[in-house]
Amino acid sequence: MAVLSGAEILIQALIQENVEVIFGYPGGAVLPIYDVLYDCPLNHYLCRHEQGAIHGADGYARSTGKVGVCLATSGPGSTNLVTGLATAYMDSVPIVAFTGQVNSKMLGKDAFQEADIKGITLPITKHNYLVTQIEELAQTVKEAFYIARTGRPGPVLIDLPKDVMTARTEFAYPERLDLPGYNPTYQGHALQVRAAATEIDQAERPVIFAGGGSISANAAPELRELAWKANIPVITSLMGLGVFPENDLLSLGMPGMHGCRSANYAISEADLLIAIGVRFDDRVTGRLDSFAAKARIIHIDIDPAEISKNVEIAIPIVGDAKEILKELLPLVKGKSREKWHKQLAEWKEKHPLKYENNSEEIKPQQVIEEIYRQTRGEACIVTEVGQNQMWAAQYYQYSIPRTYISSGGLGTMGFGLPASVGVQIGRPGEIVVNISGDGSFQMNLQELATLKNYNLPVKIVILNNSSLGMVRQWQEMFYDRRYSATILTNPDFIKLAEAYGIFARRVEKKEGLALAIEKALQVAGPALLDVKVAQEENVYPMVPAGAGIKEMIGG
Amino acid sequence: MRHILSVTVLNKPGVLARITGLFSRRNFNIDSLNVGETDNPSYSKMTIVVRGDDRTLEQVKKQLHKLINVVKITDLEQSEMVARDLALIRVSCTRKQRTEINQIADTFRAKIVDLSNDSIIIEATGTDNKIEALVEILRDFGIKDIVRTGIVALSRGQLAEKSNKKIS
Repeated sequence: MAVLSGAEILIQALIQENVEVIFGYPGGAVLPIYDVLYDCPLNHYLCRHEQGAIHGADGYARSTGKVGVCLATSGPGSTNLVTGLATAYMDSVPIVAFTGQVNSKMLGKDAFQEADIKGITLPITKHNYLVTQIEELAQTVKEAFYIARTGRPGPVLIDLPKDVMTARTEFAYPERLDLPGYNPTYQGHALQVRAAATEIDQAERPVIFAGGGSISANAAPELRELAWKANIPVITSLMGLGVFPENDLLSLGMPGMHGCRSANYAISEADLLIAIGVRFDDRVTGRLDSFAAKARIIHIDIDPAEISKNVEIAIPIVGDAKEILKELLPLVKGKSREKWHKQLAEWKEKHPLKYENNSEEIKPQQVIEEIYRQTRGEACIVTEVGQNQMWAAQYYQYSIPRTYISSGGLGTMGFGLPASVGVQIGRPGEIVVNISGDGSFQMNLQELATLKNYNLPVKIVILNNSSLGMVRQWQEMFYDRRYSATILTNPDFIKLAEAYGIFARRVEKKEGLALAIEKALQVAGPALLDVKVAQEENVYPMVPAGAGIKEMIGG
Repeated sequence: MRHILSVTVLNKPGVLARITGLFSRRNFNIDSLNVGETDNPSYSKMTIVVRGDDRTLEQVKKQLHKLINVVKITDLEQSEMVARDLALIRVSCTRKQRTEINQIADTFRAKIVDLSNDSIIIEATGTDNKIEALVEILRDFGIKDIVRTGIVALSRGQLAEKSNKKIS
């Protein structure tokens, strides 16, 4: 057996786990690891901030389904990962994050760049480790990857004291796992599956409600087959966009606070809700007692703790969505349900998503529609958070899983640009568009340097309304138009992009919009469009906070 | 509703912080928590007393299960377990009062474990009701200090469990 250093063992373990890409940022405590990275077969991408590195790993993981890997130094390097870990934890994204740590003998002595990152990240990781013995290193890495990608995926952090990285021991990658407390359920309970099939066959007004879990389980083919076979309409949550083609007749779009009226009405009138990989977030349910009040709910989810957490479930099925749907499909019969579909068609016709487009100013919705037209719905759309995120969800028609990449649960502004770095690396050759706002863009704009450094052809489109649009919208509606701290004085984004050596154009007139998007898409490398849009444009329709989802305003 | 959970965990650094952190983050109330090694040094057993309705308890159990270091959770029903609380109580005690306090301790099957000129330490084991009753009586003498372990509990043996069910 070869005797290797801790840092060498770490890299060998990553190779064993089929890792190809690492996002990272060096520092004192990780010098031994960077020394091994210098001439190893892994591709290390240097971001310009540790937060950029972890969002990059996150975007890579969301868009490919593989485990994202990032590396940061101790102290501030590790604490800069905190927002990224919380983001990935809320959206169940598989990440393994490595952090350097001071020498194990110095732990607890307030050494230079020491932070208790294991303690700090306890509530925002699926699991975390501090490795104090080199003999435990390989086993820990193996466990971390297994935990991150199995069951309900999530981020795992491993803290690595510097002396463990320089110590030497014999290396053999372990074959066995030793996790007596971790045993995710994949196979759905047969009786429950049969009960679900009976409910589905009997239902007059069923609705499928699919979320991010159906995407992480790669269950799109089975989910589509179920909808088509049994003629059941499909609603997709923000995290589920793309799992069912939105241009299909059975698609009702997104539900919730900024969802389609037809989706919210359908949930309110349904007699059966078939929820697949969702967690009934408050942005979806609105007031809980009026959510799906007429429906019995079947809940398919890999995490038993999600069953009846927020909403009472009639038939829970814990397991892998793909496996369960495979079991369920042959048991379900076809049914026409004409009356229900007539009603749904009526709502869809009466309440399409719409916006006024008769002013001089460019409307943000129009920008999204134009990007959709030019990319034929095949681009990976990576959003920031706020109005841009909602318009990108509403006005781009998703039909491919893993093409809408967004921080849904935590709502992390500044997520999109660094995440699009990871998306483009994970899906080379595909069109990646970062839909941004002038507020969010400025939260992680240092990653422009990463785009340029690796010549990643990400197209950044800033919907520039010189304001923190979503907060401003709430101030307009609920705070008497007192725009406290939401109107932004911005730098010249064109000059900024050009300083990074990135192609940039400003768009101020409607006539120039299509051409500018065309040009940006044609540019071989990264490009940025600063699109001036109507400042007081609001996201509609909308369910006010605390109201039932039927009580929508606008749109 | 009060519930007593017996939780087997891997004896790893930080496991207690994971459990208590989970309770505070998920807004669950703990009455008491007790932890100690089992006969196998790789495992510890915790006895956690929680308050909440059935739905809250269901969430507590499921969220605990999600912790990688939690191996097993048993919800101990009142009729199927042995539950004990241990208290050390320092009571003011003049020489004259010693006999009386000794009698009280005897009645509660408690022990005198330390004696000084002006105080006495009583060790009491039992259900928490019994300990509270003892504390109530000793209050008249003046309680100088008290420390309690919180409840530790084990489910009864299988045979006893079955006969218990028959009786009820």
